[in-house]
Amino acid sequence: MKTRQVSRRGFLKSAGGLVVSFSFSGPMSRLVAQSPDLPAVEPEATSLDSWLAVAQNGSVTVFTSKVELGTGIETALAQIVADELDVPFQKIQMDWGDTAKSVDQGMTVASRTLERAGPQLRQAAAAARQQLLKLAAARLEVPAEQLTVRDGVVSIIGSPAKKVSYGELIGGKRFNLKITATGEGWDMKVAPEARAKDPKEYKIVGTSVPRIDLPPKFTGEYTYIQDVRVPGMLHGRVVRPPVVNSKPARIDEPSIRHIPGVIKVVQQENFVGVVAETEWAAIQAARALNVTWSAPAEKLPANKNELEAYLRNTKSVIDMNPVKKGNVEEALARASRTFQATYRWPFQLHGMLGPSCAVADVRSDRATVWTGTQAPFMTRDKLATLLGLAKKNVRVIHREAAGCYGRLEPDDVPEDAALMSRAVGRPVRVQWMRDDEHGWSPKGPPHLISVRAGVDSQGNVIAWDYLDRSFPWTDARGVLLASRQVGLKPADPGFPNGATSAGEVYQFANQKIAAQNLPWQTAGPIPLRTCNLRSPGQPARCFASEGFIDELASALSVDPIQFRLRYLGENKRLREVLLAAAQKAAWKERPSPAPVSAGPKLAGRGVAITDRAGAMVAVVADVEVDKPTGKVSVKRITVAHDCGRIVNPDGVKNQIDGNVIQGVSRTLLEEVQFDAAGVKSLDWKSYPILTFQNIPAIEIVLINRPEMEALGAGEPSIVPVPAAIANAVFDATGVRFREVPLTPERVLSTLKSGS
Amino acid sequence: MARVSLKVNGRSRVVDTDPSTPLLYVLRDDLRLNGPKFGCGLSQCGCCTVILDGNAVRSCSIAVSNAENRSITTLEGLGSVAHPHRLQKAFIEEQAAQCGYCMNGMIMNAKALIDRNPHPTEVEIRRSLDGILCRCGSHLRVIRAIQRATV
Repeated sequence: MKTRQVSRRGFLKSAGGLVVSFSFSGPMSRLVAQSPDLPAVEPEATSLDSWLAVAQNGSVTVFTSKVELGTGIETALAQIVADELDVPFQKIQMDWGDTAKSVDQGMTVASRTLERAGPQLRQAAAAARQQLLKLAAARLEVPAEQLTVRDGVVSIIGSPAKKVSYGELIGGKRFNLKITATGEGWDMKVAPEARAKDPKEYKIVGTSVPRIDLPPKFTGEYTYIQDVRVPGMLHGRVVRPPVVNSKPARIDEPSIRHIPGVIKVVQQENFVGVVAETEWAAIQAARALNVTWSAPAEKLPANKNELEAYLRNTKSVIDMNPVKKGNVEEALARASRTFQATYRWPFQLHGMLGPSCAVADVRSDRATVWTGTQAPFMTRDKLATLLGLAKKNVRVIHREAAGCYGRLEPDDVPEDAALMSRAVGRPVRVQWMRDDEHGWSPKGPPHLISVRAGVDSQGNVIAWDYLDRSFPWTDARGVLLASRQVGLKPADPGFPNGATSAGEVYQFANQKIAAQNLPWQTAGPIPLRTCNLRSPGQPARCFASEGFIDELASALSVDPIQFRLRYLGENKRLREVLLAAAQKAAWKERPSPAPVSAGPKLAGRGVAITDRAGAMVAVVADVEVDKPTGKVSVKRITVAHDCGRIVNPDGVKNQIDGNVIQGVSRTLLEEVQFDAAGVKSLDWKSYPILTFQNIPAIEIVLINRPEMEALGAGEPSIVPVPAAIANAVFDATGVRFREVPLTPERVLSTLKSGS
Repeated sequence: MARVSLKVNGRSRVVDTDPSTPLLYVLRDDLRLNGPKFGCGLSQCGCCTVILDGNAVRSCSIAVSNAENRSITTLEGLGSVAHPHRLQKAFIEEQAAQCGYCMNGMIMNAKALIDRNPHPTEVEIRRSLDGILCRCGSHLRVIRAIQRATV
C-alpha cells in the first residue's frame, strides 16, 4: 500500500501495461500528480535511491517493505524520516509493501518494526541529509558546517536569505549514492556511516502526529485490499473440504449450471474453487457445488480431552531451555513447602474482522498479486514456488487488510487467487467467507503448562520449574493451505512458539524454564493448523507464570506487588512500571484474596507484569464477579508501559487500548470449538468476542525513555492481561482459575466445586 | 438478471443484476461504494451497515430487490475527507480507529443513533453499538468520538 501513488518508470511496461485505478480523492490525487517518476531500478539496499526519493516540490517518498496493519506504523516511520531529514511531516509520503519497489526489510511481525525498520530508515534519511548538505555547500559555496536546514530548505547560518531547497537540489533526480548495508531483513544495518541526529534534537518524534491513514478510513475513501479492482477482474471463491485432508473424489459441475455467470470450476489436485463474473454468483456457486469428498486421511483430536492427552503425552519435536540455573530438583527436595499447578490455554482465533482477500493476475510468464500479507517478499517467494515462476517475475503489492494480529504472516488467500487466475487467464479476486476464515485460518496454539515451586522455611522461593507444552507454528513460515492442497509438503515441524514470559524475570536461585513444541505438522491441510497470534505464546505463558507467582504470594500471605518486587533483581525498568501501575490504580497493600464480602457481587484486583523483548508492562485489573451467574466483569484495566523512546504517544495509547481489549476478550470469551472433523466455531455466534457493553475503562501510564531506541507497542501489553484478570478473580472469590476463557459456566462450576 | 432502481446517497441509480443479490455486493461492485464492507455475510458484525429509510441495516442480508426505490445512505453519503460529516470529523479528532475495517459500521450506526437521539449518553451509545464488532479494540475512542460529535 502507499499513502500516495508513486510509480517508477519502466514498471508499467514490465507489468504488461496493467493499470490499476484507485479512487484516490482529495489530497491524495493532488499528491499523485506531484510524485516523482523515477527510472526503474531493481531496489538494492546499498543504493540510497532504493530507500527514498525527493520530488521537485520537496516532498519525500520513502520506500519500505514494512506494511501498515492498522497499528499506525507508517505514520511513526514517517515521523522518524521527517525528523532526520528536517522536512515537514506532511511532506513525507510512504510507499510501502511493493516487492518491485522496496528492499526486503523482513516481515512486519512481532512488534519489531519501530525497533528494527526505524533505525534503517533513519540512517537512510541521515545519509540523504548529509548528501543534500554536500550539494548545498557546493551550490551556496560555503563549507557544509556553515549550513543549517529547516523545513527542507538549506541556508547559511546567519544569512537566511542565502538558501536552497531540497527540491531545487535534487528534486526528481537520483542521488546515485552508494551506502553501506550489511545483513538481511530486519537485522540489516543500513548506512551506519551516516551520522544521525542527537535524539535531543527531535521535534516530530515524540509527538502525537495524527495518523496518515485514518481520515479516508472514516469516509470510505481508503483502499483496503478488499477494495482493489483491476480491469477484467473476475470473482473467485474457494470450496474447502468439509473434513480434514480429504480429496475431491467427484465434482458434479452440473450442480451449479443454474447459476448465471459461472465461468469455471477450478480443480488442481485437492484444491477446488469456482470463478464467476460476479461476487454473488461465485458465492452461490461455491455453496451449491456438489463435491464428493474422500474420507479424511488423518484424524484430529476429537475433543478437549483428547487434545489434552495429546499435549500431555506426546514426545516433543522442538525443545527450548532458556533458563537452567542451580539445581531445581535438589531445591524442591529440601524445600519446606512445595507447590504445583497446571494451567491450560485453548486454541484461539486471530479473528480478522474482514476475511482474507487478494487479487491475482497470473500470466504465462509473470504474476502480479495484491494482498494484505505481513511479509510481501515471503509471499512472493511462496507464490513463485507454487506457480513455477522465477521470483523476479512475481510482484506482490500490499494493500491493507483488516487488522490481522499475525494471521497474515501465513497469507493463504493469494495462493487461491493465483491458482484461479492461472486457470481462467484473467485477474481473479478471492475473498474468503466468514466460515472459511474462522474454519481454515491458522489458529493460535493451545498450551498445557505445568509449574512447580519450592519455598524455604523463611518463606523465600528457592525453586521454580516451568514447563510449557504447546504446538509450533505449522504455517507461519511453512507451506500454506492451497500449496498443500496441490501437493507441496512442509519440510520441518514448524516455527517454535517461543519460551518467554515464563517467570524468567524473577531471580530465583534454582530455576528451570522449558518450552516443548509437539509435532502438529501434517502433509495435508488441517483446519487446526497453527501460527503466531499477537505476542505469540506469551499471554498463555504469562497467564501461568504470573498466576503461579500470585498463588505463591497468596500462600505466603504477602501482597502480590511486594512479593514480585522481592525477586525482580536489577530490572529497574520493570520495577518502575510495576510501581507506576500500582500508584495509578490506587493499589492498597494487602495479601490476596480480599476479605470475604457479603452480597452477590464480589470485587477483586490483580496484577501481572512482563518484560517482553525489552518492553516493560505492568497491568492491574479490577474485576467484579457475579456469584449467582458466574459472570466476570472487568471494570478497569490499568497499564504502565515502557517501550523505550516513544515516537507517537497517542499511537502507543491506541495500541495499548487494542491490546487490553483483545486481551480481555481472549480471557473471558474465546475458545475454538472443534471435533474430529474440524472447527465448529465458524461464525461470531459460536466464537464471540468482547463487545461495547463489556469494554472496561482503561488507564494508561506511559514511561518515555528518550535515550533508548524505540520498541514496538503492538504486542507487549496484551501479555499480562489474562493473568491480571485471573488474579483479580482469585482476589474476589478466593478460587484460582487456571484455564481460560473465564466464561460464566466455567466460573460458576469452579466456584461450586471450590477448586 | 433484472434492472433495479436504487436511490443511493440522494442519486438515482439503475443496476442490471440478479435481484437476489445482497445489496452489499451491488453497492460495492456495481456502484463502487467501498464504505460498506463484507465482514461475515451473516448480520453478525455490522461491517456492511447502510442506512435504509432512516434505519441502520445490514446490507449483506438484504436482497437488492428489497431496497428498490428506498432511500439508501452509505458512508460516502455522509461526507468526505475534504468535507467530513461532524461524526467523521470527530472520529478523526479522536483518532478513533486502528485498522478501521469496522468503521463503516461504527459511523453508520452512530449516525442512525444520533438521528433519533441527538444527545445519547455513554450507556445508550454502548447499548446501541453493542452489535457492531471491532477486533482491534477501538471501542473507547469510538464512544468518545460520538460524544464529541454530539456535545
